[in-house]
Amino acid sequence: MMLEVRNLGFHYPKQEKMIFSDVSFGIEKGEIISILGTNGAGKSTMLNCMANLYRPVLGDIFIEGRNMKEMRPKEIAKYIGYVPQIHNPAYAYSVLDFVVMGRTPYIGVLHTPRDEDYSVAEDALRCIGISHLIDKPYTEISGGERQMVTIARVLAQQPDVILLDEPTAHLDYGNQLRMTKLVRKLADSGYAVVLTTHMPDHVIMLQDKVGILDQQGHFTFGKTKDILSDTLLSNLYNVDLKLIYIDEAKRDTCISIME
Amino acid sequence: MGSDSAGNLSGRNISNAKYRMIFIGLVVLAVGVFFASLAIGRYNIPFFDSVLILLAQIFPIEPTWTQTMEAVIFNLRLPRTIAAVLIGGGLALSGAAYQSMFKNPLVSPDLLGVSSGACVGASLAILYSMGPVVIQILAFIGGIVAVSITVAVPRLMHNSSTLMLVLSGVIVGGLMSSIMGIIKYVADADTALAEMVYWAMGSLSNVKMVDLYYIAPCILLSGFVLVLFRYRLNVLSLGEDEAKTLGVDVRKVRGIIIVCATLLTASAVCLAGTIGWVGLVIPHLGRMIVGPDNRKLLPVAVVLGAIFMVVIDITARSLTSAELPLSIITGLIGAPFYFYLLIRQRMSIT
Repeated sequence: MMLEVRNLGFHYPKQEKMIFSDVSFGIEKGEIISILGTNGAGKSTMLNCMANLYRPVLGDIFIEGRNMKEMRPKEIAKYIGYVPQIHNPAYAYSVLDFVVMGRTPYIGVLHTPRDEDYSVAEDALRCIGISHLIDKPYTEISGGERQMVTIARVLAQQPDVILLDEPTAHLDYGNQLRMTKLVRKLADSGYAVVLTTHMPDHVIMLQDKVGILDQQGHFTFGKTKDILSDTLLSNLYNVDLKLIYIDEAKRDTCISIME
Repeated sequence: MGSDSAGNLSGRNISNAKYRMIFIGLVVLAVGVFFASLAIGRYNIPFFDSVLILLAQIFPIEPTWTQTMEAVIFNLRLPRTIAAVLIGGGLALSGAAYQSMFKNPLVSPDLLGVSSGACVGASLAILYSMGPVVIQILAFIGGIVAVSITVAVPRLMHNSSTLMLVLSGVIVGGLMSSIMGIIKYVADADTALAEMVYWAMGSLSNVKMVDLYYIAPCILLSGFVLVLFRYRLNVLSLGEDEAKTLGVDVRKVRGIIIVCATLLTASAVCLAGTIGWVGLVIPHLGRMIVGPDNRKLLPVAVVLGAIFMVVIDITARSLTSAELPLSIITGLIGAPFYFYLLIRQRMSIT
C-alpha cells in the first residue's frame, strides 16, 4: 500500500471532542480519493494530518509500510506533496523560482538548487501547460494560475502521493472543470491523489473512490459508484439531493430538489 | 489574511549576470566609501594617503604622510569604520532574515523589539559594571527574550497576521523601554547613567580596536551562517506550513535563524547602542534592486547596509562640530525613505 491511514483520530489541543475518529483507508498509485464533507467537518484537518502538518492524536499513517511518525520531514516530503487551499505570497518570486522550491527535499540544508533542479521545474511547468508564466512574478498572476503553479511545484517535488486541499474552491466554473480534468490526468500518470471537495459532481467525474466525513466525525469509504447515493448525500448536507443519470454525459449528476 | 498588502512590497527578479554586475558595483562603492571614511573628518587626510597608509601595512611603501595621519587612522577612524561596516551589514542582514522568516516584509530588529531587548540586557550589564563579554552575553539574552515574547503573543492569540506581529513588537518595545527607564532611574548618575545614555543613543566615536576583537567574530560568524541558510530562508518565506510540507525541519531551521539574526542585532547594539531603521529599510532597498530571492538579496543587503552605515557615520561626525548620535540621522534619512518606498511600490502595483 502506497499510503495507509489506520484508525486515525484527531482533536485540537484543549478540546475534548474528537473531530474525527477511527478513519481507515489506503491508496495505491493511480488512484483518486475524494473526501466529501460539510463545512467544518474536518476534511482539511484530515488532509493536514496526512501532510504531516498535524500530528494525529490516535492512529497511524504508513508510507509504503513505514510509520510516518518515525520519518523526518525531508523523507516524508519525497513521498507526499501538498497543495494548500490558498497561498498568500509575501514576496514576488518568479514562477520558476517558486516552482523550483518543490525541489527542497532533494537540496541539502546549506545548498541551493542546481541546473538539474531547474530543468525538473521547467518540465513540471511544461507538463501542465503553463510554461508561458515562467518569468512572471508569482504575486502578479491570477488565483487560478497560482493554483496551477502550485501544482507544478508539487510535480517538481516528485512525490508519489499528491494531497490537494479544496483545489476547486477559489476557481471559476471553467477552471473548476479544468482542475478536475487535471486531477484525473495526474492519477492516470501514476500519482496517488487525495483531495477534499464540496462538489459531489466532481467526485462523480473523477470516477474513483470517495471518503465521506459527516458532522459526527464518522468516515464512510468506498468506490464512488457503490456508496454515493441520494440518501447518503441528502443526510450529509441536510438538504434534498438526487443523483440523476444524464445520457449525454454518460454519468450521474447531483442536483437539489427544492420547491 | 497574513500578508495582504505585504505582497506589494516586493521587488523584481533579475538575471544572474545583471546581479553580478550590481553586486560588484556595490562592492566597489563600499570600498570607496570605506576609504573616504578614513580620510574625512575634522582632521582631513587626503583620500589617496588613507589608501596608502592601509596598504603600507602589507606592502613596503615609502611614507608620504605624517605620523599624525597614521595615528588618526589607526586609533580613531579605522575602528569606527570597521564597526560601521559590521553594524550596517549585520543589521541589514538580520532584518532581511527576520523579514523572510516571518513571511512579513514589515518587520525588522527594532520593530520586533530585539534591539530594545538587547539594549536592556546590555544596560543591566553596564549597571553592574560588568566587562564587555558579559555586556555582549546579556545583550544577546535580552534580544532573544524580547523576540521570543514578540513571537509568542500572536501564537497565544492564534492570529498570525502581519498586524498582530507588528502590534506585538510594539508591546514588547514599550515594555523594554520602560524597563530601560527603571534601569536608568536606579543607575548611578555620575558614572553608569552617563555611560548608558551616551552609549544607547548610538555613537561610534568611542569604538576601539579591542571592542572589535570580541564582537567582530560574533557578527562575522552569525552573518556567515545566515548567508549559508539563504535558500532555506526562501522556502521559509512561503510560510511555516508550506516549508514543512516541502521537507524543511521548520523548528530547527527557524531556531538557528532566530539565534543568528538576534546575535547580529545584539552585537550591533553592543557596539553602538540601538540604531533604528537600517534593518527595515536596507532589505527593502535591496529587494527593489535585486528582487526577493535571498540568494541575491542577502549579499546585496550586507553591502548596502555597510555603505549606508559608513555614510551615516561620516555625516554624523562632519555635519556639526559636535558628533550627532547615529540614530538621529538614520531616523531622519530612514523614515522619509521608507515613506518613499511605500509610495513607489504601491504605485508600481496599481
